[in-house]
Amino acid sequence: MISTISNMLIPCLVCGIILYGVKHKVDVYDVFIEGAKESFPMIKSMFPTFLGMIFGVNLFLNSGILEFLLEFLNPILEFLKIPFDVVPMAVLRPISGSSTLAILNHIFEVSGPDSFIGRLASIIQGSTDTTFYIITLYFGCVGIKRIKYALWAGLFADLIGILASIVIVQLIF
Amino acid sequence: MNKIWAFFIVSSILFSLFTGNLDTMNKHILETGKVAFEMTVKIIPVMALWLGIMKIASLSGLLSKMARRLSRPLRILFPDIPKNHESFSYISSNMIANLFGLGNAATPFGLKAMESLQSLNSKKDTASRSMITFLVLNTSGLTLIPTTIISLRMMYGSKNPTEIVIGCILATLCATFAGLLMDRILARRCSHD
Repeated sequence: MISTISNMLIPCLVCGIILYGVKHKVDVYDVFIEGAKESFPMIKSMFPTFLGMIFGVNLFLNSGILEFLLEFLNPILEFLKIPFDVVPMAVLRPISGSSTLAILNHIFEVSGPDSFIGRLASIIQGSTDTTFYIITLYFGCVGIKRIKYALWAGLFADLIGILASIVIVQLIF
Repeated sequence: MNKIWAFFIVSSILFSLFTGNLDTMNKHILETGKVAFEMTVKIIPVMALWLGIMKIASLSGLLSKMARRLSRPLRILFPDIPKNHESFSYISSNMIANLFGLGNAATPFGLKAMESLQSLNSKKDTASRSMITFLVLNTSGLTLIPTTIISLRMMYGSKNPTEIVIGCILATLCATFAGLLMDRILARRCSHD
């Protein structure tokens, strides 16, 4: 049901906005072009921030530091009965959307989407977002340099989202 | 952000030096530009399209109408934004797109919202309180239908690909609530400094 609504949403929205424009005597085509032009200054300020973020994140992901640190965590996880494969996913979730998606793929392939770990990974992926990406993109595009406590509030939300996923998946299934 | 960025890069390079992994580091340093460029190029068409459509909505008066309707409930979250300000309409468009799992459409709305929040901001290089609240709403991934995950689960032959939806909603609500709470606490502490 919900997916039908979301499929219909974009076409209906586009149609509704254009009809409303025509009704209020807006030159819809000209205005559309004018609005589309406004994307270029935004994109121009986006590239350097992407560059900076990817530089830091990619080196970090490929350095092997994470794997090294996770080895130490292993006994604690066994004690708490948290499957080991989910941990890199939880750690990477705020940093890199594409690598968590890759891990999710891997978990589905190995254990199947209906296994405990498959469900847990699905919920972790669905309940949080790539905090670093959103912060660099949104702040970078309007030229904010001092982000104050934004990162901490965002990361705190991610942490709670991941902990909640672990609890919820055990309660529901 | 400066410290974290420096930490990511310096620790990675030092670690690779110890583990003799400098070859991969070299490769990734050189590839950074390409990856960033591809990411930017991927976002251009979606951005341009939605900004075009949003411009129609803005000039026809649809956005300001929406802003008037939604400014009352949204002001609970954003007390610093003046009543009926246009940023409410961008914020709500972004939230609606996120709720329905339309990440592609949500980003241009979100950037428009940031632009409009920036026009209210008195210190142009520093994040305002409303901006941070808005970011927390986005980073906590508030969504009703995680479209990517459902399609992935289908691809891998799940018996019930949508069974995780309720769990996702509950977890994302926890995350959003925690994020907003943290945001309030930190905002209060900041204003005392």
